[in-house]
Amino acid sequence: MGARAVSAAAGAQGHGHGDATLHPPPIHYSSRIAPVIVGIFLFIGSEIMLFGSFFTVYFFDRVVNNVHPWPPIDPATGHPFERPWFVALVNTCILVTSSFTMHWATVSVKRNNRAGFQAGMVLTILLGLTFLLTQVIEYHRLGFNTSDTAFAATFFGLTGLHGCHVFIGLLILTVMAVRAFRGHFSPEHHHGIEVGGIYWHFVDVMWIVVYVTVYIL
Amino acid sequence: MRNPFRSEEEAFRFVWLTILYSALIVAGSFINVWVGLAVFLVETAFIVWWIFRRGRREQPIPQVPPPHPEGERRILVVANETVGGEPLLQEIRRRSEGVDEHVFVVVPALNSPIRHWTSDEDGAREAAQKRLEDSLASLRASGVDARGEIGDSDPLQAIEDGIRTYAPDELIISTHPPERSHWLERGVVAGARERFALPVTHVVVDLGMPSVGSEPPGLQK
Repeated sequence: MGARAVSAAAGAQGHGHGDATLHPPPIHYSSRIAPVIVGIFLFIGSEIMLFGSFFTVYFFDRVVNNVHPWPPIDPATGHPFERPWFVALVNTCILVTSSFTMHWATVSVKRNNRAGFQAGMVLTILLGLTFLLTQVIEYHRLGFNTSDTAFAATFFGLTGLHGCHVFIGLLILTVMAVRAFRGHFSPEHHHGIEVGGIYWHFVDVMWIVVYVTVYIL
Repeated sequence: MRNPFRSEEEAFRFVWLTILYSALIVAGSFINVWVGLAVFLVETAFIVWWIFRRGRREQPIPQVPPPHPEGERRILVVANETVGGEPLLQEIRRRSEGVDEHVFVVVPALNSPIRHWTSDEDGAREAAQKRLEDSLASLRASGVDARGEIGDSDPLQAIEDGIRTYAPDELIISTHPPERSHWLERGVVAGARERFALPVTHVVVDLGMPSVGSEPPGLQK
């Protein structure tokens, strides 16, 4: 509730000085959104701008430079660049599944289902790790590198930027999982899971956009 | 507009909406590039329209009849800088005549958007607390049983919170005159009438002029 009763006495006490029995006034924040969620929202806003700048470069190369055909010709082979769309599709399914398991973990902690929470976290980490390893293996099999053309540079830029986010997400998930096995979090206190889950879903959403843009269209 | 990443659950739902959004564009693009572009434009336009429509649409808050004795009347007063204005005090006294009135004053802690989003509300709350105390002192001096709270920085949210906690019979909103009122410009009074199923009275207080009347009470179910 946004409106909280604040008596004159409490107000005076909260701002007093020099009395050892006094403590800081209670934190007030809008009833609409908690500061922790504001933090992750601002963070994701900055992330969208970061990804947006990479997409701008990609579309500049593709639309403004008016490159035909698309993908462009690989100078080394004389054929258009091969985009491993099928492997990336499998990877997309893996990442979407990890969103499922992340949501399962969050629902479990809310229902005080410790085993489900832990299993959800472990599965999410394993799926994220699988995605990242598949991405790395696919990089080695692509047959082109960042310096080959502007297309190659933007391809690696966008997918690599997303890969970095998956890696950071995995670190966050690992910390969450360790805390889950140490008995942290409860149905009442699980902000760490909410925020980590939001970040992981954001990474998933960005991958869908990257996949559709870079691999399909 | 609601933040789609407000909670993990909503973010999870957003993942599925993104998949659906992208799948339709891809399907259109397989038919023809221009069909794909058209699908993208239509989907995006629909989403923008839906967001703004949803943002404007306000569901009336269900009002449970307050369980209080006959002859007792609960009045919720929402005001900020005009909270100590004489027209408002007169209106409250007028409505208190002949009934066992209980007045509950909510003073929204108005804040700048940046301070609000960074949860820097201490200054705004201190100022609101001062106005609330002055207002309660004036009302009590007039023999009105009054108590109050500091409310959310969004006046409509503050009203909703006040209604949920106090279950009033009616609502009085006090604002500056139309040419100087941010609340009127933002449609707070109209929004309250649309959103809350209880009588709403709008009182205009011009702090620069000593004798000012109030707008005729507008009651709306």
